[in-house]
Amino acid sequence: MAFPHKHLIDITEYSRDDIMLLLETAAKFKEVNERRIKQVPTLKGATIVNMFNEPSTRTRSSFEIAEKRLSANSLNFGGSSTSTVKGESLSDTVETLCAYKIDMIIVRDKHAGVPRKIADLSGVHVIDAGDGKHQHPTQALLDLFSIWEEKGSFEGLNVGVVGDIAHSRVCGSLLPALKIMGANTVAIAPPTLLPARPDILGADEVTSDIDGVLPDLDVVYMLRVQRERLEGAPFPSLREYNQLFGLTQKRDALMKPDAIVCHPGPINRGVELDSFMADHPDRSVILDQVYAGILVRMAALYLLLGGSNDGIDA
Amino acid sequence: MALMLKNARCIDPQVGLDEVCDILIRDGKIMEVGHGLSMEKGVERDLSGKVLTPGLVDMHVHLREPGYEQKEDIASGTRAAAHGGFTAVCAMPNTDPVIDNAVGVEYVKARAKDVGKCRVIVSGACTKGLKGEILAEMGDMHAHGVRAFTDDGHGVQDAGMMRRVMDYASQFDCVVMPHCQDDSLVGEGQVNEGVASTRLGMLGWPAEGEELEIARDIALCRLTGCPLHIQHLTTARGLDMVRAAKAEGLPVTCEVTPHHLFLTEDDITDEYPTSLKVNPPLRTADDAVALVEGLVDGTIDAIVTDHAPHTDWEKDREFELAPFGMIGLETSLGLVLTKLVDNGIITYERMIELMAVNPRGILREEPVRLEAGSVADLTVFDPEQTWTVERSGFYSKAGNSGFLGAELKGKATDVFVGGYATMEDGAIVE
Repeated sequence: MAFPHKHLIDITEYSRDDIMLLLETAAKFKEVNERRIKQVPTLKGATIVNMFNEPSTRTRSSFEIAEKRLSANSLNFGGSSTSTVKGESLSDTVETLCAYKIDMIIVRDKHAGVPRKIADLSGVHVIDAGDGKHQHPTQALLDLFSIWEEKGSFEGLNVGVVGDIAHSRVCGSLLPALKIMGANTVAIAPPTLLPARPDILGADEVTSDIDGVLPDLDVVYMLRVQRERLEGAPFPSLREYNQLFGLTQKRDALMKPDAIVCHPGPINRGVELDSFMADHPDRSVILDQVYAGILVRMAALYLLLGGSNDGIDA
Repeated sequence: MALMLKNARCIDPQVGLDEVCDILIRDGKIMEVGHGLSMEKGVERDLSGKVLTPGLVDMHVHLREPGYEQKEDIASGTRAAAHGGFTAVCAMPNTDPVIDNAVGVEYVKARAKDVGKCRVIVSGACTKGLKGEILAEMGDMHAHGVRAFTDDGHGVQDAGMMRRVMDYASQFDCVVMPHCQDDSLVGEGQVNEGVASTRLGMLGWPAEGEELEIARDIALCRLTGCPLHIQHLTTARGLDMVRAAKAEGLPVTCEVTPHHLFLTEDDITDEYPTSLKVNPPLRTADDAVALVEGLVDGTIDAIVTDHAPHTDWEKDREFELAPFGMIGLETSLGLVLTKLVDNGIITYERMIELMAVNPRGILREEPVRLEAGSVADLTVFDPEQTWTVERSGFYSKAGNSGFLGAELKGKATDVFVGGYATMEDGAIVE
């Protein structure tokens, strides 16, 4: 079966079947990652540009590893050090890249909508690696993968997302993805960190009372407090944020015995997550999420660049 | 030289006229309106099938000269105006340098006289440099003919400063026209706060950021007695405030744009079309419905375009980096005819009030009536002509219209300013 998408830009364009196919393909790539030599020739000859127009270490590294494990030729095209600083427009930059005859662009940009614009301009495959406060679909997929591995399915699962939902591109993809997969979602945040219409993103319930909903949650997804975005002072102090919304050791008692804790990283210990929770052997899946990032990115590269799920060329 | 305009359907609610008749023009003025008129010698134009009205006025236009001639200049902007059926535009002062003194006023007037294709009514800044800190020389600008003051593009943030502007302006025969935007609420807002901002993942520009300043400025109008004209009003609640102020008898008027009437936040697709990035932003469908009601019930006084030209390269970039604004001069009449008049929402008479009579009144310009003795500023349009909005059809330098591809019915064909044709059969007269 051919994969019905050219791009991975907006998770809401993906059906439940599309997402399941991605997750299942990701699972198959586990085997590759457990070999002594962790590389297959699947994407040999494909040229992929990692166009990261704002600083990113984790996501870019994860994409790079996924590309290398599939033997793609990849090029890092760093934005802040390159043409945009010299005043070149995005359109000109993309057209320049296209003149290199490339196959795919992975784009991270501080402005919403840039991946779509690049897709329209370039005609090549595009994966959104995070655009402004809008979406970050591979993050949502790796989150789903980790949840799926732990819980086996999504239907009826209660997932709480806690933190800066207003400015989170992670949430912009994760909440709609969870809805597509049939989970129940609760957005948990101070009103100053909620978007105008959380329901549009896919939040079934919205609350500022974490303790009131914690006993019902199967998955607690803690968002990072973006210290760099706190100039508007949406809450009085990190201390108070930890008291009201942090996943503290004290709150462990409120949680279901089998509830798991996710976090997109990097963690602010003592703010949204206490070390007790971040390192909790039964609850924390944070490092599994990092590994899942490699797997789902390999799956996305593979499926978008024309592979099928029938036979991964290993 | 005499000019005879024959057989047009002449409509003017100011004199209760709506019939097919002839108009004789001499020395820039209407000499006679009647049936079967004749003249000894002169030019005769047969306008059968066309509608003739007092010349249309767009009281909110950015001609961009001086300073931003790459976007538009007085020559191209006034040609776009004439092409859209306008005989006059009011030019906003947010140029570089800002029109905040009599020298700037005289510059724009001189350029308009030299290269313009319509009358250019110059508005002046309320505060120096549009900074909201120090009063501009409103008295000197008034002495040079300015009757409208605005810091368009910016709200005057400080209530005390706005009071000073209105207090000071109230000694002159003029109107203060605020662009209502509370920066502390709007910040870097890109699109309407609500569905659009959430869906597109961009900072919201809340309705309240506009409504707070509308409420404040209406209160200051009550306090100072200074005539107030709210620019590009976009929300249902803002409209209600103007409605209440009018009922109270305050000298408050307001305007809306075609884009806020006929487009909504839902039109901003995930393609992030920067031509729909405007300030104030496109609002909800409910707001647009309320604005149409305001046109019908008389709360809204004028339809304006806020014609805001930008170069392609300025608009062809990331949504959050693209400048606000869309052009409108060449689509306004067609949109109003197609979407409001042709389907019976408003009459021709109401359209003429909104696009000709009221703007002149608000700007303290001499009225134009279809009667002997009036200045011969006239607009003629073909109500049956269907056309498609295309970039190649614009006289404007810019193409940042939100209506490209729209199928419209009704188009200006002939425009006369002071008895001289600026457009004939759809082409600008050079």
